[in-house]
Amino acid sequence: METLAMHISNGIIDGPVAAVFAAIALAAMTVCVLRGRRDLDDRLAPMAGLVAAFIFAVQMLNFPIFTAGVSGHLLGGALAAMLVGPWVGALCVAVVLVVQALVFGDGGVAMLGLNITNMAVLGTAAAYLLIALLLRVLPRTPTGLAVTAFVSALVSVVVAAMGFVLQYQLGGTTDLGGNLAGLAGTMAGVHLLIGIGEGLITATTVVTVAKARPDLVYALRALKPAAPAPVPAVGGVR
Amino acid sequence: MKTRSWGFLVGGLLVALLLAGVVSNFASAHPDGLDSSLREGCTFDADDNITGGSCPAQQEKEHEVGGPLADYGVAGVDNDFLSTGLSGVIGVLLTFAVAGGGFWLVRRRAAEAADAADRERTTAGAGS
Repeated sequence: METLAMHISNGIIDGPVAAVFAAIALAAMTVCVLRGRRDLDDRLAPMAGLVAAFIFAVQMLNFPIFTAGVSGHLLGGALAAMLVGPWVGALCVAVVLVVQALVFGDGGVAMLGLNITNMAVLGTAAAYLLIALLLRVLPRTPTGLAVTAFVSALVSVVVAAMGFVLQYQLGGTTDLGGNLAGLAGTMAGVHLLIGIGEGLITATTVVTVAKARPDLVYALRALKPAAPAPVPAVGGVR
Repeated sequence: MKTRSWGFLVGGLLVALLLAGVVSNFASAHPDGLDSSLREGCTFDADDNITGGSCPAQQEKEHEVGGPLADYGVAGVDNDFLSTGLSGVIGVLLTFAVAGGGFWLVRRRAAEAADAADRERTTAGAGS
């Protein structure tokens, strides 16, 4: 296989901006540990480990997108948020990024804060906001769950990509000659297509888990429908 | 934890190992969305070296650590299929150990859980 770097490499964003985002990521992860502890019991802890391991595995599976010569891969924020909740989910993605940076040479160690902010923090947060909204308005059916997973995953990828564009505006090392909009457009277009793949993988995985063990899907446990569906008494509606 | 949960855990890990250990070899070798966006404006030769133009990817610097598993291969294993697969298997097990171990260490203990449940009951009682 070709050697591939999937995340922000050293030198792409300047040191000071990378350091600022390292601090932001550290603060966000601290909040996630404190808040996530409430969700982490004897049962969720090993499951969350599995979610992280699964995300690592699927991130290796670059899939071709319609644009020639470009591939995409799972980021995992929406998947993690669905299965183990936003706080523990963000930590799952962060652990994957740390392992990739320290052991697999993927994503500079100095760039870790930037990568964590985009994919673990922004991606997971955007996904969970949408999940919380959609699960309340869509019917509690496999289709409703699949649509929730697909849409939240797609949007989370584009949001993460825009996080990078913002970072590049603040500390990008190449002078784009005022053409940041060009980079933003390219990033958004490509990641919209990647988001479709992310949506399909996320929906498939979540629906599969929900069929086998609905009790293991955090979003289904935590988010109740807005109003109890009116159940007409048998024979009461004529 | 109940036996059924262990079954799910083991089954899930096996799927992850299969994906990272075998399927990973069939992954697309094209640059991903980020990488390709950063390469826009440059031209590349067959070996992926920049031959001209101007693009963000030109500023890319060496990785600080590298290591024997850098770029999802195992140093010293010449067979590409084996190298990629083995690095994937190691990565899955390592990620599971780090994440699962970390979450286990910071998890809510049974006593705290009981406290929390008590608090919730009290709050719910006061609210109704």
